[in-house]
Amino acid sequence: MAKRPESEKKKSDDGNSKEDAIEVMATVIEPLPNAMFRVELENKHQVLAHISGKMRKNFIRILPGDKVAVELSPYDLTRGRIVYRYK
Amino acid sequence: MAIVRKDKRELEKMHRAGLLVWGALQELRKLVRPGVTTKDLDAFAERYTAEHGARPAFKGYMGYPCSLCTSINQEVVHGIPSERRALKEGDILSMDFGVELDGYYADAALTVPVGKIAPAREKLLRVTRESLDHAIEKVRPGNRLSDISAAVQEWVEGNGFSVVREFVGHGIGTKMHEEPQLPNYGEPGHGPRLLEGMVLAIEPMVNSGGPGVRILDDKWTAVTTDGSDSAHFEHTVAVTSSGPWVLTRPREEAGPCW
Repeated sequence: MAKRPESEKKKSDDGNSKEDAIEVMATVIEPLPNAMFRVELENKHQVLAHISGKMRKNFIRILPGDKVAVELSPYDLTRGRIVYRYK
Repeated sequence: MAIVRKDKRELEKMHRAGLLVWGALQELRKLVRPGVTTKDLDAFAERYTAEHGARPAFKGYMGYPCSLCTSINQEVVHGIPSERRALKEGDILSMDFGVELDGYYADAALTVPVGKIAPAREKLLRVTRESLDHAIEKVRPGNRLSDISAAVQEWVEGNGFSVVREFVGHGIGTKMHEEPQLPNYGEPGHGPRLLEGMVLAIEPMVNSGGPGVRILDDKWTAVTTDGSDSAHFEHTVAVTSSGPWVLTRPREEAGPCW
């Protein structure tokens, strides 16, 4: 049975998700393993957030209680990416 | 995903599945005559498979309803057998069949005349079969994947026919469709190098008119857009150190692939 070819997975998938993300303010609740944090959004929802590559590269430390900006994936609103720590 | 290479024992298993496919197609081609419906052929294929303790590979694959694909005249591939579809004198019929036996798949197809056919159709069948012969010849360690594609395209277009682009051959093994994808057109010398133990289902689909195809509302049957005839031949072929090993035919068979 002949196969219908699939195009190669688009590289831009990741880029798109970064652009589509919703950015919200949040407070860090607790640190978790693997550079993950549980954060509480302004609407009191708690989500699991990891640190953006840029922040990890520049050793931005994050402690419980910090105010951070979190990008939420439009596909899974229980996970996000911390993109900024406010001073 | 990488191209899975099979060891000797796996190739023997695939060969057993392949012989079953070959046997079924040999029986099926004897049944082909005017008046027989494509559903009759499908029923035979299903029975034959069950009697030999295998499972039809197509049935249920992405929702495909039958064991056999029967594509008549302008139908390219994936025609669904039907009791309302009876063969007529002068038709050409492509039968594509695959089984899973002991965890391994084999896949083959051929296009046969129904009774006496027009010389133009005879030429289409011959050229398509020959393009598969040329392709199989390229299945040797060290060659590149697109050498196979180029061999098909060169032979087909050199004879004034065209190659279908919308469907491709494929790697095969513990799944019916594995890496890599194998188009029937392209420049030689590209793609991964062939290594011993790789297994490919090579399947040129050739139109007598333009290369365009479209899919009917049944979501399966592919037909030529210009209504020209189409032929389809296929074998499951392993790369071995001594050259191509056609798994879907007995070892002692020689000469043209179908």
